[in-house]
Amino acid sequence: MIGVGATHHGATHHEADLGQSVLLKASGITKTFRADGVSVPAVRGVDLVLRRGEFAAIMGPSGSGKSTLLHLLGGLERPTSGEIWLDGRRVDGLSQAKWAVLRRRHIGFVFQFFNLVSNMTVADNVELAALMGGANKRQARERRDELLADLGLSAKADAAPARLSGGEQQRVALARALANRPSLLLADEPTGNLDSAGSQSVLRLITRAHADGQAILLVTHDARVACAAERVISLFDGMVADDAAMRPPRRPPAARPSATLPAVLRLRG
Amino acid sequence: MPLLALLAKEPAHGYELKILLEQIFGEAYPSPNIGQIYVTLQRLERGGLVASQDVVQQTRPNKRVYELTDAGREALATWVDRPSHGPRIRDDFFMKLALSPLAGSTDRLALINRQRRDYLNQIRSLSALASVTEPGIARLLIEGAMLHLQADLDWLERCQEELV
Repeated sequence: MIGVGATHHGATHHEADLGQSVLLKASGITKTFRADGVSVPAVRGVDLVLRRGEFAAIMGPSGSGKSTLLHLLGGLERPTSGEIWLDGRRVDGLSQAKWAVLRRRHIGFVFQFFNLVSNMTVADNVELAALMGGANKRQARERRDELLADLGLSAKADAAPARLSGGEQQRVALARALANRPSLLLADEPTGNLDSAGSQSVLRLITRAHADGQAILLVTHDARVACAAERVISLFDGMVADDAAMRPPRRPPAARPSATLPAVLRLRG
Repeated sequence: MPLLALLAKEPAHGYELKILLEQIFGEAYPSPNIGQIYVTLQRLERGGLVASQDVVQQTRPNKRVYELTDAGREALATWVDRPSHGPRIRDDFFMKLALSPLAGSTDRLALINRQRRDYLNQIRSLSALASVTEPGIARLLIEGAMLHLQADLDWLERCQEELV
């Protein structure tokens, strides 16, 4: 899955190949917010194709429209114009109720501020998401136990979310997002509120979900997080400025002459 | 200067210094060229900062062992105590970006995008290296490089805002 994504999504080839591997397709989407008679364009015509199992990051300065774009793709906001297709089905015109059903069954969402249900235990937060995704009680419990074990949270199953560290809460949020086995995981600054250890653990899990074939679209301003993805989309002023396939990580060869090394790796003095 | 610091602990020959540098700074750091180390040691000796003597070995050719002189010790202390200025004002990419119109190229966005891809790929490689490097000096070097690249990326965004 990883290999397929890495070779097929060259920056300019999206339109050419719209076979069944396409999971999400947005064309010409815009979003203009209106307040007090002033209209503010946040997204100004974005085309985007995400394939099954592909992991793409969206980067850009604050105000570039990256979070708005993610919200449009997840149905949390309605686009002003343009089309969104998920799984071969046009979804941009769906009612809020229909979007809610679609999200429960097909889309996992992770936010910067976890958004866990505070008066439910960690286990119940995850189980509820599985139930809402259409699992029966037994399946939901199995899925819950499997995910919590997977994310190293079994010991915290009966705790209230507030008793957990930020990194742990975000792992619960990730378990919740994956509970319904979504075809698409949308993550909005998932490490934006975490220290470096917390970021690393969440990022490791996201990377593992991708290795298991999960399609992921992740918004971040942190290049170190974005570089976990195999593709980085740069947003600027509500438009795509660049869409780049990353090279497979390569360890710098030990005998490389220092003259050709990046300046950041050269010791001075 | 790193060589002076390594010699401050105990005398060593050139190859030992190369191994020490590799051990301390890890895989991200360019493996020092042994020829370059010998040239540097000779230069330091001419400057009076190190002194050398041949040590006779029974089964191998003699080796030249270097040690720090008093002048070398002083130079090292001065180096350690002095804050370091990074050469970040002399940025090759920025020169290209600023002067590209003179060279007949007007597509600054393409220039910025190419540079951004390069930075992102560097971070990606460093990140992979960091994940297999034990915490310590070598890992800190990698993390520092990644933070510099992150700053370079932020700065690219600023350039894009102003110039594109």
